Amino acid sequence: MHETLAEELSSGANPIVPDSEADETASRRSRWRLMQHIVLRSPSRSAGAALALLALLIGLLGVWLAPDSPILADYTAILGAPSRAHLFGTDNIGRDVFSRVLNGAHISLEVAFVVVLVGAGIGTIIGLVAGYAGGLVDEILMRLTDIFLAFPALVVALAMASALGASITNVALSLMVVWWPYYARLIRGQVLGLREREYVEAARAVGAGHARVMLRHILPNSLTPLIVQMSLDVGFAILAVSSLSFIGLGAQPPTPEWGVMIADAQSYVRSAWWVATFPGLAITLTVIGFNLMADLLQDALDPRLRA
Amino acid sequence: MLHLIGRRLLFLVAVLLGISLLTFIFAHVMPTDPARLLAGPHATPAQYQAIRHHYGLDQPVLKQYLLYLEGLAHGDLGSSGLSQRAVTDDLIAYLPATIELSFTALLIAILVGLALGIVAAFRRNSWVDSLVSVLALSGLAMPAFWLGLLAQLLFYYILNWFPSGGRLTLGMLPPPHHTGLFTIDSILAGRLDLLGNALWHLTLPSVVLASGSIGVIARMVRGSLIEAMGQDYVRTARAKGLSRFQVVMRHALRNSLLPTITVVGLQCGYLLSGAILVETVFTWPGIGLYATQSILAADYPPIVGVTLTIALIYVLVNTVVDLTYSATDPRVRYS
Repeated sequence: MHETLAEELSSGANPIVPDSEADETASRRSRWRLMQHIVLRSPSRSAGAALALLALLIGLLGVWLAPDSPILADYTAILGAPSRAHLFGTDNIGRDVFSRVLNGAHISLEVAFVVVLVGAGIGTIIGLVAGYAGGLVDEILMRLTDIFLAFPALVVALAMASALGASITNVALSLMVVWWPYYARLIRGQVLGLREREYVEAARAVGAGHARVMLRHILPNSLTPLIVQMSLDVGFAILAVSSLSFIGLGAQPPTPEWGVMIADAQSYVRSAWWVATFPGLAITLTVIGFNLMADLLQDALDPRLRA
Repeated sequence: MLHLIGRRLLFLVAVLLGISLLTFIFAHVMPTDPARLLAGPHATPAQYQAIRHHYGLDQPVLKQYLLYLEGLAHGDLGSSGLSQRAVTDDLIAYLPATIELSFTALLIAILVGLALGIVAAFRRNSWVDSLVSVLALSGLAMPAFWLGLLAQLLFYYILNWFPSGGRLTLGMLPPPHHTGLFTIDSILAGRLDLLGNALWHLTLPSVVLASGSIGVIARMVRGSLIEAMGQDYVRTARAKGLSRFQVVMRHALRNSLLPTITVVGLQCGYLLSGAILVETVFTWPGIGLYATQSILAADYPPIVGVTLTIALIYVLVNTVVDLTYSATDPRVRYS
């Protein structure tokens, strides 16, 4: 009994730990095969994930990849149609739309990641505590979560952002306030399922504290749905940020934020379709990418599919 | 069942209190001083103090919140600096336009979503199924304001098939006011020309607004239909000689509608928030356009009014959906 317990504890939450080099290469090979299997099984999801990775890359490097300044006006090249010099054309003061879209990726992705990370973080803590503690604590935390879930989130964020004053930071703050409840419910559900598992009981039996049990034993086993949801949400956060920017609450001109660019282009869309079209296309493709990536992660992280 | 209704109503009150508390807190963290705004730049200190006193701004915070709640209970949402009218009056004037737009969008989303979902479930893994998933995903991923702008560009500027915005052609007088919904009011007035004009204006914005929900509903219908078709009662119905079509329509679809209804309820929130963006693009004079114009003017009471109105509608719709769900599902009804 003691031996199995010790074994279980030494392997931590993850029972599959390779202990020799041969095992490691074998596991690496099987992982590679799993990847191949997933890519072949769902090419559209893999293409979507590639799209999301591309968006990430552009978000990281776009600022340096942009051929022109996203801010400086060039009055010799006003409202130029897409050409070899300006792939996506130029806007009403001659700025290169391609450069602005590349720079915008950085802003959108950064804000979306911060919102999702903080939202998921708050939600995870609340869900862990509620599910683990149970009783009155659970009741209070979950009723609070339910109340927040019952709000129309985007509208509440809109009210908060407009009270704080228009800026991209305030938009991020407001979205964080409404973004956590779903995670709290998700993680609580996971915790309830895991709380009574033998390895959790075992950890408790050998004297692990509450924090250790939650963070080392329960949380790692709840990661799959958490990661899938976060990938999905990055896309939706990008949509939310650009929507609030579009109505004037988020980034302000001349910032090359995608929603702001579309709002700017609204008045002259008739004479220059490209100025509004490309930022919108960037939003759409990024959101599709993160959606498909979530599906792919769901498959890749599901142990039932590995068999 | 009564117990359930009681619980839901209690929850409803909690949600409404929660949202009133949030908007109250937001109003207090505002960097601008509302009394200063109302008093105007030329007010004397005494006038400024009088305004602070009149609106209870010199009271302790808790007292202020209670005053705020009391006002809400009487339908007092303050006044708009932009329109110089009571926010409640503005909301009453603009709400019908939003309801007409969102309801039409919901209808389109349900009809198209249901049809696409059924076809996709029937022709599982065929090109139709793939097309439906592509449509569903792109509908979700496209920002409504962008799609609206592109629709305007194509159908107004290039093809000139539809108007660029508004509820009626400029110069046309709206039908006599009964419901505030131009389509219904023109039918009541027997004015088919107005009805046609109202529908013509309604088409683009409502289709754009529905685009995100169509996919969600189609996916849900497809999923629950496929699940229902694997059940024993479907096999029994097939075994007794019913055609596949009959089985789906009479047996499987009915059972798969329940989860779909819940999704539809949740879509109401999505449609109402989406309406804010779509109304802005199509200059549709509803509460969404009212909200965005107030945002640009930093006029806060209307924003709170719109937030509370949308929250109220959203919460009410979902309470009704929940109760309907419970009333139709015997497993919930008898528990």
